[in-house]
This record gives sequence, structure tokens and C-alpha cells, in this order.
Amino acid sequence: MSYELLGITVLWIFLFGYLIVASIDFGAGFFSYVSSITGKRHIINNVIERYLSPVWEVTNVFLIFFYVGLVGFFPDAAYYYGTALLVPGSLATILLAIRGSYYAFSTYGFKNNRVYMFLYGVSGWLIPAALSTVLAVSEGGYITEQGGSITFAFGKLFTNIYPYSVILLALVSVLYISAMFLTYYAAKAEDSAALEVVRKYALFWSTPTILASLFVFYAIRGHNLDHFNNMVSNAWMFILSFLFFLIAVFCVWKRRNYGWAFACVVLQFGFAWFGYGKAHLPYVLYPYVNIHDSITNPSMATALIVVFILGLLILIPSLFLLLRLFLFDANYVKGNKTKA
Amino acid sequence: MFNYDPVLFSRILTGLTLFVHIIYATIGVGVPLIIALAEWIGIKRNDPHYLLMARRWARGFTVTVAVGVVTGTAIGLQLSLLWPNFMRVAGQAIALPLFMETFAFFVEAIFLGIYLYTWDRFKNRMVHFLLLIPVAIGSSASAFFITTVNAFMNAPRGFDMVEGQMTNIQPLLAMFNPAMPTKVSHVLVTAYVTSAFLLAAIAAIAAIAMLRGRNHTYYKKALRLTMTSALVFALASALIGDLSGKYLHEYQPEKLAAAEWHFETTDKASLILGGILTEENEVKFAIKIPFALSILAGSTPDTVVKGLNEVPPDELPPLRPTHYFFDSMVFIGIYLTLVALWYVIWQRRKRKTGKPISRMLLWAIVIGAPLAVMAIESGWMFAEIGRQPWILWKVMTVAEGATTSNHVDTMLWLFALLYAVLTLTAIRVLIRMFKDNPAEEEIAALGIEGGTKI
Repeated sequence: MSYELLGITVLWIFLFGYLIVASIDFGAGFFSYVSSITGKRHIINNVIERYLSPVWEVTNVFLIFFYVGLVGFFPDAAYYYGTALLVPGSLATILLAIRGSYYAFSTYGFKNNRVYMFLYGVSGWLIPAALSTVLAVSEGGYITEQGGSITFAFGKLFTNIYPYSVILLALVSVLYISAMFLTYYAAKAEDSAALEVVRKYALFWSTPTILASLFVFYAIRGHNLDHFNNMVSNAWMFILSFLFFLIAVFCVWKRRNYGWAFACVVLQFGFAWFGYGKAHLPYVLYPYVNIHDSITNPSMATALIVVFILGLLILIPSLFLLLRLFLFDANYVKGNKTKA
Repeated sequence: MFNYDPVLFSRILTGLTLFVHIIYATIGVGVPLIIALAEWIGIKRNDPHYLLMARRWARGFTVTVAVGVVTGTAIGLQLSLLWPNFMRVAGQAIALPLFMETFAFFVEAIFLGIYLYTWDRFKNRMVHFLLLIPVAIGSSASAFFITTVNAFMNAPRGFDMVEGQMTNIQPLLAMFNPAMPTKVSHVLVTAYVTSAFLLAAIAAIAAIAMLRGRNHTYYKKALRLTMTSALVFALASALIGDLSGKYLHEYQPEKLAAAEWHFETTDKASLILGGILTEENEVKFAIKIPFALSILAGSTPDTVVKGLNEVPPDELPPLRPTHYFFDSMVFIGIYLTLVALWYVIWQRRKRKTGKPISRMLLWAIVIGAPLAVMAIESGWMFAEIGRQPWILWKVMTVAEGATTSNHVDTMLWLFALLYAVLTLTAIRVLIRMFKDNPAEEEIAALGIEGGTKI
């Protein structure tokens, strides 16, 4: 495997990790806020808070990891995206800042402050939408280079249909992924009242998610035919993705195997994500940045990969410990205060 | 200011983000170490006061970490958004420590999450204490890696520049450049000093309030722990500061000369404190310490210190800010050392005389906290302004590294608003956290009134 393929695969895996953990996190924040309006907060809040509190800080790191890795492996990407995306990038940063800090202010300082809850609930929901516009931009047509200067056609984002489809998918899939996870977590906590609420959320958001996915397929066809054709030639991945979606929804519908249902959700998005990514290659940005020409020098690439492997040796046991203490520890999940 | 200049606005916005972030980053690096000290003493002496101290500090720490994380995310993204040309070129050589930083931070984030939610979960209290070690190591390692990048900007190594492209890259040489040892150690110990003073100030404020009749050993213990550590780290920063002078003399003599308004290349150069610089580059009203600059630069009065007259005018940093920021950093450093020393001397004599702590000393400690933060800010301002006009010392100018996009000015206002709101809310949350729930009430509620005698 070449450096560039290894590099982009690792980065894509981490971005997928972000997609899952951030969706759970952001969706939960959003549900928490919405439930405070509809008066159901007392039912589901325990489950949400118990999961979110210890892990909120970890979520952000997945994104930073992807971004720093991208800049490290493909410095050209930093140049093109950095120059072009000042405004959307800054707005996404501001949303991330509001979400991260107001979550902490609300959890550790002012409990049940409506304004704080609104700020982190809504900003979190919008972050994936803001970030996903970068995926739309990567399809080409927005960033152009002429005579060494880079321009970004911001207005085109609003007149094309493809960005809308991606944003729509981001908005609904966040809620779907999160609700599916919370269903599993509530079931594990044996909190049947919360389970009833979040299970309904999960089923409710499943249909919009699959419709939005189809919409993206349709929109990309008109936007970047090459990418669309590549996706069609990897159709098996998308078909598998759809099958896992069916299994996941079926299990939740039948009120059984919630854990497997969530695993299927991960696989559903995994196959779609890697199918999309594989078809996107070799381009990181159509048509200016491709992984073969933009890869950093071999000595830096080697160094980054070595560090990555060493880093994983520390990271995987740490993450495992985190999950063991807060996700797989039945007493903690159920809220029992027992000494381990 | 009225002509749109992306370079200028990029500099202001980056400066603003760093100005805000460095406060939280300093707390993030220093406070875990002091929490660890408190918890360790608490377990060793079986003193619930110290354990409560660790717990209370950790609560406040969480809030500052949150703002630190998001402002750190901002500066990370702004590196590409505001300095894309710099990242494209320099990223070839210096991406490695940036990448390592994310791992260090990952570890810190994971273990902080675990630490905060497992206070009563382990039978053996040592297990909980041990969870803090990766947090402290992770945050200090983050500072290490990021400061390495800044050191690289001051002393770029590990590549050859051919037609605007870096070739023949050696990532480790780029990381372990000549500026790295002094810069990293200076950043780390000053973070510990500042954090110690911030925590000491909280205890001192409570102690001042308590001079009106009430009294509690909790605050005495907190003060003793923080001020003793402050003294140790303040002395260490003085030593490292001296080494930094020697580094500058060797590798960036222009920066040292600018900090000291040193124009003529001479031996027996004197150190200038304060003063003003006239239009004709004459220094007036300054305190001059004979030979001191030569000694700072090379340990002997005979050391020849390069003067600014040898520097091409277009490569000079702005002289006034460079000198004043350098001076404020040094003055505050001296002040903090003296206050910590005063406290430790009082502490020793108290054993014999039993004299209670004076109100003046308490106030000196309280004032030390904002001053310490100002010293950190001044130090960074000096480091960055003194490097002008270079973004990569003698390789790339700031103007060459900046973005060319429009709207940097609008982004500046947006971020300024964001930082103001975040900082005000953080202060509000912290004040409420410590004021509405004072330690003595928590002690009473927990029934740990006794503790051990101090």
C-alpha cells in the first residue's frame, strides 16, 4: 500500500469515527434541548447525561485528528481549502466553540439554563451540516485557481442542488444515529420510560435518513458524473449499506437486539462512507488536489505513519478503558453507585 | 486600517485567538500538576482537605478545559484558514509535532473524562490518583509539541530551501531545533507558576474574607501547597530565562538586541530596563545595569553582543513593543518570585513566632494571579513581535505566509465577539462555582471538619 493510500485511509477512518461519535453527541444534545420544550426531559435526560458527560471532550479530538492529519499528509489540501474556505471554516469553528463550551457551562455550572441548553443543542445539530459543505465543495466547481490566485464561489453553494442534499442528509442522519445509539444505551440501562421515547425518535428519523441518502445519490449525478459513475461501479457497498439499514430498523421495530441494531447502523454508515470515499479517490479536491501529486515528502510521510502506529498503541487501550468504564459497565450505565 | 489588508487582519485575528487561548492553555498545562500534588498529599497524609481541594480544583478546571479545547480548535483551523501559504510550505517539515499533539491531547481528553467521573468508584484511592498522571503528561506533552512548532518558526532546521520548496526533509531535526529546549521548558515552568498563582489567589481571596473572624485550615493548606510550588517553578523559570537569553544571543541575536534596544555591537553591554526610545533611536530615562546584557548573553562581561545597527532596516521588528513586552515579562517574573519567597519565609518563621499571615501578603498573592497571566501574554507578544517580519526566521516573511482571501476583517469581529462571550460566561460559571459553594460549607456537609493540623 502506498503512503498516500495508507494516509488517506487512516484519515478517512478517523473522520468516520468522528461521524459516529459526534452524531451521537450532537444528536443527544439536540434531543436534550427539544425534550426540555416538550416536557419529556426528565424521562430521557438521565440516560443522555450519563453517556455524554465523560466523553464530550473526546469527540472533538477525532475531528482535529482528521484535520491535522490531512494537513500533514497533504499540505496542498491545507493551501486550497484554507484559502477558499475562510468564511465557512470560521463559521464551523464558531459553532464548534459554542457547542463545546456551552455544553460544559451547562453541565458543570448552570444546570437547566434554557439559553445554554438552546445554544449547545442547536449549535451541535448544525455543526455536521456546516462541515458537510466541505464534502460538497470537494466535488469541484466551487474552488477555482486562475493565475496562481484561488477564488471560491460561495454563492454557488446556494444555487446548486447537491450541497442542499448533503446538508439535509447531515441534519437527519445525526438525529437517526444518535437516537439509535440512545435506544441501545437506554435498553442497557433498563430504563424503559426513556427507551420508549428514544425508540420512537429512532424509528421516526429512519425514513428521512434513507430518503436523504437517495437524494444525495440523485444530486451527485448532476454534479460530478465521474464520482457518480465510480460509486455505481462500487454499488455493492451501497447495497450492503442499505441491507444493514433494514436490519437495524427491523430490530428496533421488533424491540429486540438493540446492540446489534446499533452495530448495523455503524455498518450502514460505514459501507456508505467508504463507498463514497473510495469513489472519490484519487481526488481530495476535484480537480486540484489528488493524493498522488499532493502527498508530502516521503520522510515526513514515514514519520507520520510511525507516529500514528505508536499513537494507536496508546490510544486503543485508553479508549477501551473509557468504553469499559462508561459504556460496558452495567452498574455505571444503570446509574448504580457501586465501587468497582 | 481602512484599506483592507488580509495580512494585517490575519495577524490581528491570530494574535487575538492566541491571546485568549494561551490563558486557558496555561491553566490546562499547569493545573493538572497541582491537582495531582494535592490529591497525592491527601492520600499520603490521609487528609480529606487535600482530597477536597483536588476535587474542587478539578471542577473548575473542567470549565477552563472546555474553553481551552474550543479556542485550541480555533487556532488549529486558523493555521490553515489564515496562513495557507505558510502551512503548505512549512507543513512539509513540521507536520510531525502537530500530529503528535493530537495524540497527546487525545490521551488527556480520555483520562480527564475518566478522572472526573470516577471519584468514588475505586476502593484503592491510588487508582483514581493514577488516572490523573496521563492527564498531566498529556497536557504537558501537548504544550511540548506545539511549542516545538513555535521553536521551529524561530530556528527552522531540518530542510533545504530550493525555489520556495522545502526538500531533503528531516522531521526530527525540524522538531529538535536549537530553540526547542529553552522555549519548551520556559513555556512549561511558567505555566506551572501561573497556575499555582491562580489557585493561590482563589485561596487568598477566601482567606482575606475570613480574616473577619472566620478561619479555616483548608485555605491555609491550599496556600501552602500552591505558594511552595510557585516558588520552585519561579526559580526554575528564572534559570531557564537566563538560558533563553543565551540561546537568543547564539541563534537570534537580532531578537535579543531588539528586546534590549541594543544598537552598537559591543562587549560589556548593559541591560536596559524601561525607558523610552526617541525618533533618533536614543534611549532615555532607562535604568541601565552595566555588563548585564553581556552576562545574560554569554555569562561573561566580555561577551560581544550584536547590535541593531547591523540589521538591515527592513528586517527589524517593531522596537518599542518588543522591549516593553520583554520588560513586563521580566518584571512580573521577579515580582512573582519575590511574593512566593515572602510567603515561604513567613511560613518558616511562623513555626517559631506564630505570627498570622499578613493581609498585605495575601493581597500580594491575589494581585500575582492577573499579573502572572499578563506575564504569559507579554512573553508571547515578545516572542511573536520580536520575530517580525519573519514567520519562519530568515526563510519566509509573515506577509508571504498569509492568506489572500477577503473577509478576514469580518471574521475578526465575529471571533472577537465569540471570545468575549465565552470568557465572560466562563468567569461567571467559575465565580458561581467557588463562591456559591465555599469550601468550608462543603467540608461541613461532608463531615470532614478535622483534617490534619497544619
